[in-house]
Amino acid sequence: MSTQTEICVLHFALVGTPNSGKTALFNALTGSRQKVANYPGVTVERKAGVLQTPSGRRVQLIDLPGTYSLRGRSPDEEITRDVVLGRFASETTPDLLLCVADATNLRAALRLVIELKRVGRRLMLVLNMIDIARRRGIDIDLDRLSAELGVPVVTSTAVRRGGTEELLRRIDDIAAGRLEPPGENIWKPLTAGELRTAQREADRVIAAAVGVPRRPDTVSGRVDAVLLHPVAGLFILLCVLFVMFQAVFAWAKPVMDLISSGFDALGVAAHDALPAGLFQSFIQNGVIAGVGSVIVFLPQILILFLFILMLEDLGYMGRAAFLMDRIMGGAGLHGRAFIPLLSSFACAIPGIMATRVIDNRRDRLTTILVAPLMTCSARIPVYTLIISAFIPATYLWGWVSLQGLVMFALYAAGITSALAVSFVTKHFFLHENHTPPFMLELPAYKLPSVHSVAIGLYTRAKMFLQRAGTTIFSMMVLIWFLASFPRPPEGAEGPAINYSLAAMIGDALQPVLAPLGFNWQIGVALIPGMAAREVVVAALGTVYAVEGGKEAAEQIGQALASKWSLATALAMLAWYIFAPQCASTLAMIRRETGGWRWMAITFGYMLALAYVAAFVTYNVAVALGAG
Amino acid sequence: MTDTVASTAPCMPLGQATRGFSGRISAIHVGDDVHGLAAAEIESRLLELGFVEGAEIKILHEGPVGRDPIAVRINSTTIALRRREAMAILVTSLDAPL
Repeated sequence: MSTQTEICVLHFALVGTPNSGKTALFNALTGSRQKVANYPGVTVERKAGVLQTPSGRRVQLIDLPGTYSLRGRSPDEEITRDVVLGRFASETTPDLLLCVADATNLRAALRLVIELKRVGRRLMLVLNMIDIARRRGIDIDLDRLSAELGVPVVTSTAVRRGGTEELLRRIDDIAAGRLEPPGENIWKPLTAGELRTAQREADRVIAAAVGVPRRPDTVSGRVDAVLLHPVAGLFILLCVLFVMFQAVFAWAKPVMDLISSGFDALGVAAHDALPAGLFQSFIQNGVIAGVGSVIVFLPQILILFLFILMLEDLGYMGRAAFLMDRIMGGAGLHGRAFIPLLSSFACAIPGIMATRVIDNRRDRLTTILVAPLMTCSARIPVYTLIISAFIPATYLWGWVSLQGLVMFALYAAGITSALAVSFVTKHFFLHENHTPPFMLELPAYKLPSVHSVAIGLYTRAKMFLQRAGTTIFSMMVLIWFLASFPRPPEGAEGPAINYSLAAMIGDALQPVLAPLGFNWQIGVALIPGMAAREVVVAALGTVYAVEGGKEAAEQIGQALASKWSLATALAMLAWYIFAPQCASTLAMIRRETGGWRWMAITFGYMLALAYVAAFVTYNVAVALGAG
Repeated sequence: MTDTVASTAPCMPLGQATRGFSGRISAIHVGDDVHGLAAAEIESRLLELGFVEGAEIKILHEGPVGRDPIAVRINSTTIALRRREAMAILVTSLDAPL
């Protein structure tokens, strides 16, 4: 347990329907003093933070997953239910439930309040976004509302400075009083009939205490007429996705190059400063290169999440899912899976992290499973190396570049196999012959709050560095160990890697890889290539004793052209469509799914596909005379 | 006026209505075997999103492929759902403006 929980005597929880502005309120109340982790054993995010009241009380606040009821229809909602009921073993039972409601949209929230009252815990209703409600001319009689519901009511504006003062003052008052639960827990899951009764009661309270808006929201309707238009809407969505893809792919590149060269320079400096030997190599190629390989993902993650957080706060994500639902649904993918999958063309790491926008666990797992099949940017150096060395630079019909065509075919193969794998997974392994229902609220458009987006970005970055970073780093050190231990004997000839454990593994794999037309040099290069797919280029250069590392791609290409048959080269390309060789992706999958199981499944199925694809390619090519 | 229209107008599933349709919910009735979930679960989810008997609704938008899903205005909220699930919502037309 952290020191935060020791100091805080009070434990409050935020509950609320989706789109109630709960997370914005959480960010406003706790600022950067928050911790994001996973609940043990599940993919559900646990967000906790500390807030300080005007009189100096420290309160631990947890932001529970949004829900319409306590029925617990998904793992997220089960967490909310269990914490609220005090059944969750690793979570302190909250002293006070803050039920957050969008003041402009109270029907579902008041029904939730009515249900929460049965739990018999202290409860306060927070009418968030009260500024928007006032602007629309919605009169809310707070005293009447409080009297009808039998719970205290307070207003807030999470996205405004000072918008939570009243709430904090009320929290202080409550904290000063008695915090024992006021009643018995008589909660049971509501039946359809009870839901109807509760909704009618909520509607009655609204009719009694809330006036009809004098200036209803017309902006969202007019914006939707364009953004949800069957043609214009799809076109705008494509534009948004294009800009996002460009940003993740191209804008991040200069920063990533800067980080890479920075760590390279640091490595060289360490190399020069230290005496030659194993320790020098460990610091340069293990520690510094390992830390570098973690940090280098940050620009892409930050840019991608900047887009995701803004689109989410804006209210566009639900609209995009609406437009994409039928298109993605055909392959058994969720309407929201397009952002993670698109990002995976740049890199599967931010893509897998972005699957957090999908709330259904099964949909999320399927997306995580196929995300690494999208042709990530790390495959491009491998593809271009082999294509330029083996595929003639000729033009078909005078204008179609054969090399470009092969590149396109590799991308298409990746996408097709991702769709096929998701289809098979859904229908044969997760036993979902029916697509789960797609029902979601399309919230009114709102301008994103800079503060809330900044906090969101900060916690994502911190979480990536702390959680995925440690695993990625340890894998990098392990790969360094395999590639550089044991050291070559005195007076040995050839590159040092040929004497290492990696070479022994490569040799041992030789009989298995021979049917693919892979020689032992490829087997050896595949081991350091686990660090990242593009590392295989430099590794091939090393085993073929080409000096100059990454910059020497042309010489490496010439070496390969003289040593490999066309069939081997094609088999290598087919292998890299599927190749699971990316330790960072595997580490990320382990972190995001909360265990080794899905990581092992991903590695296994990708390896099997890579092997079969390379085997078929090699043998067909040999049969056609390319051996 | 509205009540007479509601009582005389025939019921139809919301899933068959087109863009611009406005009406009142007369019943929620989930058929079996067409959904991935139990009928009671679908019914509860619809109720939780505010689809209760008597509520007024309007279809605002239709999806780009096969006019599916649909976006439905219900009181002050907009809900997106597939036509398949919307078949469970029985509605009567409210052609006369309120």
